Order: sequence, then C-alpha cells, then structure tokens
Amino acid sequence: MIEVKDIHKSYKMGQNSLKVLKGINLNINEGELVAIMGSSGSGKSTLLNILGMLDEAETGEYILDGVLIKNLNETKAAHYRNKFLGFVFQSFNLINYKTAAENVALPLYYQKTNRKERQEKALAYLQKVGLGEWAGHLPSEMSGGQKQRVAIARALAAAPKVLLADEPTGALDTKTSYEVMDLIQQINDEGKTILIVTHEEDIANMCKRIVRLKDGVIIEDVKVEQVRAAQYVQ
Amino acid sequence: MKLLFSRDTWQEIFGSIRKNKGRTVITVIGVLWGIFIYITLSGAAKGLNNGFTLEFQDMATNSMFVWSNQTSVPYAGFKTGRRPQFKISDVEQLKTKIPQIEFIAPRNVKGMWDGSPAKVVYGQKDGSYNVYGDFPSLVKIAAKKIFDGGRFLNEEDINLSRKVCVIGERTQTDLFDKEDDPLGKYIRVDGSYFKVIGVHKFEPGGGFESDSDIYIPFTTFRKLYNSGENVGWFAIAAYDDANVTQVEADVKNTLKKIHQIAPEDDRALGSFNLGEMFNRIMGFANGMTFLSLVVGVATILAGVIGIGNILLISVKERTKELGIRRALGATPGEVRGLILLESVFLTLVAGMMGIVLGAFVLFGINAATQGLEFPYSNPTVPISFVLGALAIMVVLGTLIGLIPAQRAVSIKPIDALREE
Repeated sequence: MIEVKDIHKSYKMGQNSLKVLKGINLNINEGELVAIMGSSGSGKSTLLNILGMLDEAETGEYILDGVLIKNLNETKAAHYRNKFLGFVFQSFNLINYKTAAENVALPLYYQKTNRKERQEKALAYLQKVGLGEWAGHLPSEMSGGQKQRVAIARALAAAPKVLLADEPTGALDTKTSYEVMDLIQQINDEGKTILIVTHEEDIANMCKRIVRLKDGVIIEDVKVEQVRAAQYVQ
Repeated sequence: MKLLFSRDTWQEIFGSIRKNKGRTVITVIGVLWGIFIYITLSGAAKGLNNGFTLEFQDMATNSMFVWSNQTSVPYAGFKTGRRPQFKISDVEQLKTKIPQIEFIAPRNVKGMWDGSPAKVVYGQKDGSYNVYGDFPSLVKIAAKKIFDGGRFLNEEDINLSRKVCVIGERTQTDLFDKEDDPLGKYIRVDGSYFKVIGVHKFEPGGGFESDSDIYIPFTTFRKLYNSGENVGWFAIAAYDDANVTQVEADVKNTLKKIHQIAPEDDRALGSFNLGEMFNRIMGFANGMTFLSLVVGVATILAGVIGIGNILLISVKERTKELGIRRALGATPGEVRGLILLESVFLTLVAGMMGIVLGAFVLFGINAATQGLEFPYSNPTVPISFVLGALAIMVVLGTLIGLIPAQRAVSIKPIDALREE
C-alpha cells in the first residue's frame, strides 16, 4: 500500500540546514496498523507529513497504492489527499463553527458528493464512532474523546486507502485514549491501513507493528503482539 | 460558474460570515457608507441639476436680448454718444438676413430705464408698475405662465390695438382684494382703462422682469406713449440647432449696418445671451455631478479596501481552518474561490443596503425641499449610475478579495495546521 524508498528531508534554519530524515525505507501493506515511534525531533511527524502529502521529500520515492507521488502541484496534492488519505490530528482540528455532521461531511464536499448522500454518509460514520446523537452539536459542546471520534469519522468519511493519525491520543487522558484506540483497532479490523505517530509505549503496543525512528533513521521495525484496547474499556 | 450556483458554496460562505458577526458587520458598514455617500451625493447633485433645468424650462435657452447704448466710435458723419433707435422695420430685415432666427419680439417699456413707471389705479388702490408693449411671440421666447382662465396677448389684440393687459401676480395682490377676480376688470394705466385678460406667474431667472410687470399690446403701447415706430429692444429666439452666440453676433452686425454704427463699435449695442448663461449654470451643475461621482467612487473604493483589509485579517485568523480544509482535500482554487466569493458577496450586500439607505435619504431630501424657493427637484440617481456602482463594487471586491485569497493559498497546509 505504502512504499517509501530512501527519503531525505532537511529544513533550512537560516544558514544551516537541519537534516530531519536521512534515508527512510518503509513498506506498509494493506490492513496494517503501524505505530511510528520516536522522541521529539526524531523526524516522525515529518515522515507522516510526507506520507500525507502535506510536505514533500527532497529525494527518494514515495508510492501510494501504486501511484508515484512526485512533483505534485497543490491542486493535485489536494485531490490525492482527498482520495487516498484520512487525517487524524492531535488537536482534533475540527472546524469549530460547523456541527459534528458538517465536519464529517466536509471531505465528501470536496469530493463533490451530492448533498443528500453526504448527509447520510456523515450520519452513518458518526453512528459508527458512537456519536450518532451528537450530529447536530458543535465541537465546543463535546469532550476531547468525542471530538477525536468525530475527527476519526471525518477521516473515514471519504473512504481513504490509508488513515494517518498524528498523536491521536496526545491530548486525551488514558481512559479516553484507550477508547479511541479501541475504535482505531476496530476500524483496522475491517481492513483499513492505519499509521499512528505516537510516543506512548502503551499506545504503540496496541498496534501490530512498531517502527522506531531516531535522528532521522529507522532504528527498529518489529511486528508486535497487539494489545486489545477493548479490555480496558468498560 | 457551477461554484456560484451551488447551495453548498453559499452554505460555506454563510457559515464563515455567521462565525464572524462583528467582523462582518464592520466590513459591511464600510462599504455601505461608501455607496450611501455615493448615492446621496450623486442624487443630490442630480436634484440640483433638475432644479436648474426646471428653472430654465420655460425659457428658450437659445434666446437672447439686444438693446442699444450710446455709440463710442464716430461713424458716417455721426458723432459719438448718439443713441441708435431701433425701429419696428428692423424686424423684417433681421429675419431675412439671419435665417437662424425662429422668433423675434420687439419690445418697449414704460418704466425701468425708459422714464418713470406707469401709474396704475384700480378702485381705491394704486401703484407704479413697469408697462411693457409686447407681441404675442414673446411667449415663444420667454414663456409666461398665465393663471387659470386668463390668456396672454394675441394677434387680434395687436391688430385692433385693444386696450387689454396681462398683469403680474404681485400687481394682482396689490390692486385686488383676495376674493376679487381680476379677469374682465378694468384698471387705469396712465389715464387709460385696460381690461385685464390674464395674470402671469413670475418665473425667476435670466431677465430683468419682475412679478409686477404689466403687458399690453405693442400697438396699444405705441398709441398710449406715442412711441411711433420705435422699439426699445429685441427679444430673439434662435432655432434649437443654431449657435446662439453666432446669432447674437450676426444680429448685432445687422443692426449696426441698419443704424449706421461703426462695425468696430462694441459699446453701441448691448446684448444678453441666455444660452450662454444657461450653459454656464448647467456647467456648474454638471461639475457638481462630476464631483459627487468622483467623491462617491473614492468613498466606495475606501470601503472596498476596508473589506480587503478585514478579509486579510480574517484569512490570518482562519489560517488553521483553511489548512484543515486543504488537508481534507480542498484545492487552492476552491479555497481562493471561497474567499473571493465572500468578498464579493459582502461587497454586494453592503452595496445594496447602501443603495436602499441612500434612496431613503434622497426621498427625505426631496420631501424637505418641496415647495422651497431653491432650485432643487426630484433628486434621483440614474439607474446606469447605480448599476455602474454595483459593477465597480463587484470588480473592486474581486480585485481586493484576490489579495487575501492569494494569501490564504500561499500558506502551505502543513504550516497552516501547525498554526495555533
């Protein structure tokens, strides 16, 4: 599903350039649930941004679902993001003046789905994350866990190939974190490929594979026995 | 185009407008004020313009008057200081020599500069008024509005030297009681009895005449004051397409020839060209219109720039939201379109409100100036001005909107998302 070959990336800081990624090679198959771990500054977020086409690698190859992602202009990148990727952010990034249902329907709007279908789908996904009754509420009326679940519903709404989650539990307490992870595991069980950037071991252990980054290189890439989050959730 | 008519697009725009009510209101007020000033100013200028036009409507604006002064150049054996005397026979000569003349009315007066005003008596009341000896054609040059039931002098009056007169509205109030209808009554003018056949309404502007003037047939005047073939001055109207200034020069040259005045003597004949004055006053009114247009458009411009400014701030505020949208698959074009449409929409809504408000104020001005002795009438803004202003607003709104729109898409989505 995702094929990354020898990706380099550096940021210019005035005169100096800071090398963030120094040759990343990664293959992720369909249906995997991968945790990308590392301390801050290890380049994990940069990698996720490149995978999410929010940023571009300087050198190297990135193939997503058989499509070579290269020299994208913004319009094309927007189309690819819309078609292939669903994003979940640490700070939820819901649009605060739109209701939960409107937020979930937004990617569908950019997919030019017609109105009725959009509303139906949005409601269906909200029900899937257990927030069917919250469809008409604004993000400000919800708890963190609920917001993140809306964000997940939104990421799923466009039926993406891959779900990219940047510290999805970073802003949540442990109990809520596990609830969210339970949801992510369920979605993964249905066959969706998911990448999670995290620095929490317990979250990483709930994935099927852990990739550790340090100073811009992969230092470990292991398959793990998945800890089911459901056991912590009543 | 599809974007423009999609319900979703508008929902997005309303969403973002509703989110920032305060900002929206301030923005709208900026443009509203601009278009309001524009409409009010140009409407007021138009009212002034209409007012002047109304003032002049009863007067042939291509008319002129010519009279004689004292000669200042000796000519053909005559010394200077002679006052040429116009004759009734001049009329025919002028008409044949100058085909541009449509109407020509020889006039005489008792009073004004020719002796003392006539003594007029009715019953116990009396007064001194200027008496004019006139031809019916005068009304073609300087219209006389006659009050209900009356009439102006006609050809029969001239032919029969009838002792009839048209009096002014002030003469009426001076000599007649309120309930007393002057029509058909006889007043005594310098010893002779005249039948009142009409009361004329005074129309200010242009002439030296007043609201107390009495008009009697030219032929009657001749007999009453023994003026013979003499003519005091000529009132002349040229055809609409003629150049009055040229006709004025031609008339003077012809009169100089008839009355043996030196061609280079500029002082011997005096003249007054109403067309020129009309043009000057209308030029002033048009200048006002132009000025109001310039000021109005400039105010609109300021308002639209205000919109651009506030949208820039709004884009900055919404950086994160726009980043989210782009992460979710909004193309730069769609983001740009959103901001642009917001700008144009706000501009248009504000503009229309301004137009309505301006129309109300003009309505108020119109009501307030009704019946005032002030050249002001029907302050309207031509629909072309309104549409023009709307077009300017759409164009400016688009152009100004381009700046924040471009700003919105120039930020990378990743940077936008990082923004807190």
